Amino acid sequence: MTTTTVVTGLGIAAPNGLGTEDYWKATLAGESGIGPVTRFDATRYPARLAGEVPGFVAEEHIPSRLMPQTDHMTRLALAAAEWALEDAGIDTGDVPEYGMGTVTSASGGAVEFGQRELQNLWSKGKEHVSAYQSFAWFYAVNTGQISIRHKLRGPSGVLLTEQAGGIDAIGQARRHVRKGFQAVVSGGVDAGICPWGWVPQLAAGLMSTEQDPARAFLPFSADASGYVVGEGGAILVAEDLAAARARGASHVYGEIAGYAATLDPAPGSGRPPGLVKAVRTALADAGLAPADIDVVFADAAGVPELDRAEAEALAEVFGPGAVPVTAPKSSTGRLLAGGAALDAATALLALRDGVVPHTAGVGAPAAGYPIDLVTGAPREADLRNALVLARGHGGFNAALVVSRTA
Amino acid sequence: MRRVAITGLGVVAPGGIGVKEYWDLLTAGRTATRTISFYDPSQFRSRVAAECDFDPLAAGLSQQETRRLDRAAQFAVVSTREALADSGLDTSALDPGRIGTSLGSAVGCTTSLEREYAVVSDGGREWLVDHTYAIPQLYRHFVPSSMAAEVGQAAGAEGPAAVVSTGCTSGLDSLGHAVELIREGTCDVMIAGATEAPISPITSACFDAILATTPRNDTPESACRPFDRTRSGLVLGEGAAVLVLEELESARARGAHVYAEIAGFAQRCNAYHMTGLKPDGREMSEAIDAALAEARIDPSAIDYINAHGSGTKMNDRHETGAFKRSLGEHAYRTAISSIKSMIGHSLGAIGSLEIAACALAMEHGVLPPTANLHEPDPDLDLDYIPLTAREKQTDVVLSVGSGFGGFQSAMVLARPERSIA
Repeated sequence: MTTTTVVTGLGIAAPNGLGTEDYWKATLAGESGIGPVTRFDATRYPARLAGEVPGFVAEEHIPSRLMPQTDHMTRLALAAAEWALEDAGIDTGDVPEYGMGTVTSASGGAVEFGQRELQNLWSKGKEHVSAYQSFAWFYAVNTGQISIRHKLRGPSGVLLTEQAGGIDAIGQARRHVRKGFQAVVSGGVDAGICPWGWVPQLAAGLMSTEQDPARAFLPFSADASGYVVGEGGAILVAEDLAAARARGASHVYGEIAGYAATLDPAPGSGRPPGLVKAVRTALADAGLAPADIDVVFADAAGVPELDRAEAEALAEVFGPGAVPVTAPKSSTGRLLAGGAALDAATALLALRDGVVPHTAGVGAPAAGYPIDLVTGAPREADLRNALVLARGHGGFNAALVVSRTA
Repeated sequence: MRRVAITGLGVVAPGGIGVKEYWDLLTAGRTATRTISFYDPSQFRSRVAAECDFDPLAAGLSQQETRRLDRAAQFAVVSTREALADSGLDTSALDPGRIGTSLGSAVGCTTSLEREYAVVSDGGREWLVDHTYAIPQLYRHFVPSSMAAEVGQAAGAEGPAAVVSTGCTSGLDSLGHAVELIREGTCDVMIAGATEAPISPITSACFDAILATTPRNDTPESACRPFDRTRSGLVLGEGAAVLVLEELESARARGAHVYAEIAGFAQRCNAYHMTGLKPDGREMSEAIDAALAEARIDPSAIDYINAHGSGTKMNDRHETGAFKRSLGEHAYRTAISSIKSMIGHSLGAIGSLEIAACALAMEHGVLPPTANLHEPDPDLDLDYIPLTAREKQTDVVLSVGSGFGGFQSAMVLARPERSIA
C-alpha cells in the first residue's frame, strides 16, 4: 500500500469550545464544558449535567431553507464539515466529480427532532408529522446533508458502533482514499440532549448522577461515578497525501497510519475482550511497535470496571505506566458518536503542537490502575505517534494510530 | 487479488421464513403485501404493508433473546443462524478475529423505540418522558449498533463489526463493506446482511407525509406495481437477509458450496436532494459503471438486473434512465425485475434480500418476475419480466439500490469460474 492518507482539515464543535482553536485553547487550559443541562428541564432526572456546545447560533451557519429540515445535531455537523473543508483549503470544484465522499458515524440519530415528531404523531395525529421526519432523524442524515451541501458524489457511508463510530468512520475514509479517491469528509458529530435521548442512557445505568460539574466525570479516578453525556464532535478531511501536496495544501495535521476494530465475544463466553487485539492490530497496521507510541488518548468511560479494564489492557500492550495516557474528554463528557472523532482531532492537534493535553479535573489515577495518566497540566513532548482508543456499547473496540507526517 | 464468495444464505421475509419459502414465493410471483395488521392503520393514507408472519420462538430464538432483542434484531439473528448452517462453516474452528460482521439497517429498532416511547411519554402527552418506565434494554434499542454486536456474537465473530446505515441502500452497502474487509485481508469470513422491521405508526406517518407510499388500500395484494403505468408508490416491507461471505480460495479449499462471487460493488451520492431523484439516473449509472469496472465485466455480459423498482413514479424512471446510460443498447436485451412487487420495500434490509434473490436466481436458473405488472408504462420500455418467473441461466447479475440521502449503489454477482479479462 503506497498511498498515504493524511488529515488536512479539522472542524470541531465541542462543549468546551466552538471551532478548532477555541476548543484546543480550552482543552490545554483545562476548561470544562460540563454544566447543568439547559436544553431541557432535567430536574426530574437523576442525571442533570451535560456537555453542551456553547454559543452555537444555528442561523449563522446554516442556510435558512435547511433550518426546518435539520436537527441540532445535523446543524452542528454541517457547521463542522464546512470548517473542516475551509481549513483544508479544498475547492471541491477542483476535485474530480466523484473524487470526494462522506463517511460519518451516528449513534441514536437526530433524537430531538425524532422526539418532537413522535410527540406530534402520538398526541395530535399523523397530519402533524413533519414532511422532513422521514430523513431528518435517521442515522444517515449527517452524511446525506454534508454530501448535498458540498456536492460530494464519491463513495459515502455511515457506520454505527456507538461511541467507537468516529474511529470507524475515519478508518473507512482511509479505505476510500486508498482506492484512489482524493478525499473523504469523515468523523462524527452527535447530539441527543433531550428527554428522549436521556432516558435510554439512564436505562443503560452508566450515567453519573453526581451533581457537581467538577466531580461528575472523572475517568480513571477512584471517584469515577459514571459518565456525563455531551454533544458535538469533529469532522476531519482525510486526503491522499500526494494530492494534498499537488494542490499546495497549506498544512497537514498528520497521517492516518493505523486502524483496527474488534468485537468482544459474547458475555459469559470466557474469552477475553477485544481491546488488546484492536490495539495490537492497529499498531501492526501502522508498522509500529508499542515503544513507538508517544501518547494514548483513552476511551475513558468513567465507569470503574470499564476504566480498570482499559488500564489493564494498556498495561498489557505497553507495560505498566510505560506510555502517557490522557483523557481530555473529562472536560467535554462522552459525545456518543462524536467522541472518538473529537479524540482523533485532539490527537492530531497534540502532534502538531508537541503537547499532551491533560485529563483535567482528575487528580490521579485510582490506586492499582497501571497507567501514567497525564493530569494537572499539559505535558510538552516530542510526539511522533498517538494512539486513540474507543469502545462502543455492546462490545465494539476501535483503535486508531495518527502519526506526524514526515 | 482476494475474491469473495457467497457460501451461505439466511432469510426472514414476508410470505415465508427461511430461504426455501422465500424462493418459492418469488418464483411463484406471489405477493405478500396486505392490509397492515400490526396496528390500526385507519388514520394513514397508505394502509398496506408486506408483513412477516414471524414467531421468534418457533424461529429458534430463546425466551431471553426474544425478550432482549428488537424485532429487527430477531430477524437478523435468525437469518444468521440459517446462513451459517447453510454454509456448513464451522466458525468455532476458525480464528474468531478473522470473522467480521456487517449489518445494514436504515431505521434500526424503530418498532421497539416507538412502543417504548409511547409508554414513557404516556401516549405522547409528556415531553419530559418518564425514565421510571424505561425498560432495561431501551438503550440497546436506541443504538442500533447493538444489532451488529448481537449478530457477531451469535456467530462467534470477533473481527470488525458495525451497522452500516445508509438509508435504503444499507443492505447493499453492508455487503459492499464486507467485501472490502475480505479483499483487503482484514477478514476471511464476513457475516453480512441487513435487517429492518419498520412497520410502525411513525414510519407510516413519515412516508404518508411525503406521499411515497401507495394509497391503493382496496387491493393490498396488488398494491405495489413497479414499472406499471398505474404504479402509485412503494409498499413498506420488513425482513432480513444474512449472507456468509468467504474468501473464494479458502471456500473452495474446504469444499464449500459457492452460490456466486460478489465481483464488484460501488456506491455514489447524487448530492442532489435528501429524497428526490433526477430522471437521468446519472449517479446510479456511475455506480453501475464503477461496479462493473471493479468486476472487470463488460456491461454487455449482464444477464439480469434486480432493480430497485420501488414502484414510485420517480424511481422507476430514474433507474430505467441509469440502465440505459450504463448498458446502452444491451439494456433493451436485459431481463429486469423488481421483487419489491412481492415483498415490499423493507428499507435498509431490501438490498441484502435482493442479493439473496440474485444468488438464488443464479443457483436455480430462474429469474423472479415483477408481479402486478399488467399495464406497461410507455415511458419505461425495457424488459421487466412481467408476472411470471422466467427460466434463464445467468452468469452475471446486477443489483442496484437507491435511497434517501441520495445514496446510489450497485453490486455485480458473477460465476467465479468465468474467465477474468
